[in-house]
Amino acid sequence: MKSIWQRNILELIRRTSSDLPHDVTAALEKVRRKESASSPARWALDTILENVCLARERGAPLCQDTGTLLFDCRVPVGFDTLALSGAIRCAVRQATRLGYLRQNTIDTLTDKACAGNIGLGTPAIHLEYVRGSRVDIRLIMKGGGSENMSIQYSLPDSRLKAGRDWDGVCRCVLDAVRRAQGNGCAPGVLGIGVGGDRATGAELAKRQLLRRLSDHAADPGLARLEKQILAAANKSGIGPMGCGGRTTLLGVKIGAMSRLPASYFVSVSYMCWAFRRRGVALGTDGCIRRWMY
Amino acid sequence: MEFGFWNLEFIRLWTLPVLKLCHYLSDQIMTKHLKYPFTRDQVRSLSVGDRVMLSGRIFTGRDRLHRFLAEGGQSPVDLKAGAIYHCGPVVIRQRGRWTVRAAGPTTSIREESYMPEIIRRHGLAVIIGKGGMGEGTRAACAKHGCVYLHAVGGAAQVLADKVERIGGVHFMKSFGSAEAMWELIVKDFPALVTMDALGRSLHERIAAESDRNLRKLMK
Repeated sequence: MKSIWQRNILELIRRTSSDLPHDVTAALEKVRRKESASSPARWALDTILENVCLARERGAPLCQDTGTLLFDCRVPVGFDTLALSGAIRCAVRQATRLGYLRQNTIDTLTDKACAGNIGLGTPAIHLEYVRGSRVDIRLIMKGGGSENMSIQYSLPDSRLKAGRDWDGVCRCVLDAVRRAQGNGCAPGVLGIGVGGDRATGAELAKRQLLRRLSDHAADPGLARLEKQILAAANKSGIGPMGCGGRTTLLGVKIGAMSRLPASYFVSVSYMCWAFRRRGVALGTDGCIRRWMY
Repeated sequence: MEFGFWNLEFIRLWTLPVLKLCHYLSDQIMTKHLKYPFTRDQVRSLSVGDRVMLSGRIFTGRDRLHRFLAEGGQSPVDLKAGAIYHCGPVVIRQRGRWTVRAAGPTTSIREESYMPEIIRRHGLAVIIGKGGMGEGTRAACAKHGCVYLHAVGGAAQVLADKVERIGGVHFMKSFGSAEAMWELIVKDFPALVTMDALGRSLHERIAAESDRNLRKLMK
């Protein structure tokens, strides 16, 4: 019983680490055509796409920074989540041994590497009960270079002339894009959370990265803002890898949640072009029903 | 219907190889080849925007190595006319030999506080990394004749392919595998000159331009 869970989660990790989801690859191919031939931007995107193909063929990590692992699990009411967390940890340990993941976790107190990428709070596992009969596991791997470019703003911000409105949100996000330059491995995707407290806002921002690049926010105001920020960021001239060009972002995803009257947080989660996101739907018996993304 | 030689299928058949050939030739013409040891003349002939192919010996180094070297630590190898690559590779030992599995660049700006001192003290000629570096490194590059080459971040497989073999490893025990100083023998390692020995920096230019562009949009 346990081994089938572990085996399927291991396969989820292998696919996530070596194969970009279709929507991201398609977006990279689309923006490649927009850059002029023999420009640094085109060169960077050509190399990126070649790398995507090589990694997929070899089943090898497409970036050596296999990142922090975020498992987002939705399970039926009454499901044994302790067993699931155990299976995830076993799969992560095995994936590290097999070279799908780099030895990439440091114990902050001792400065030593954590064996098998298992440490305090690593891997991050989010569990949520839903009505139904399926276990949905989504996995995001986020590299350190892009995570270092993530940032949180508290509005109003007089330096940015950002008030507590959509224009203010837009100013914050474009400031984040300007600060990141090429250091987050552009062209990236922004997950943005508006509202919440400092912790829930940051989580909301990261959660937006579970959405497909092609979808829009349900709220028409947010959807408009997503489009507006994407267009503005791509006019910045930062370009792929920050070497100049027409594409700085592949997508912008915004979510909102309620807040205290005193607080207005804008949280930005920067995801690099190596947007490793995969998901699998399992039956309660652990068998694969379908792959997501 | 027949259209002889000039039907769509035929055109499709020959255009792709011809385009690829043109692409290859233009790459060959536009690309400058750099070979170890990287002499001052070689380095000074490069300017921002040049694409280069690097061949020969380069050394990886990350946060711990930079701190060690900048604080006066002895380098186990002669870095004069040499290159440091900001990279923590995935290396495994197979049949008694080291094999590189993934070797993309890591963010260079973290080493900004150490880099000028290392360039001055060790006579470094080439830095390879991603994201560019700051004012201190730019000035040190101009003063001592050093260049910064930008490799494509995240392209771990493409770049690992350019490593022919591993010449050796230093500080494996004290720094660990990812932070160790690996000696990589590379062939045609692709990169872009973004900071040259004349003190020009593409990063500085793009940062100023994007700042202006975004400010205009935020009015």
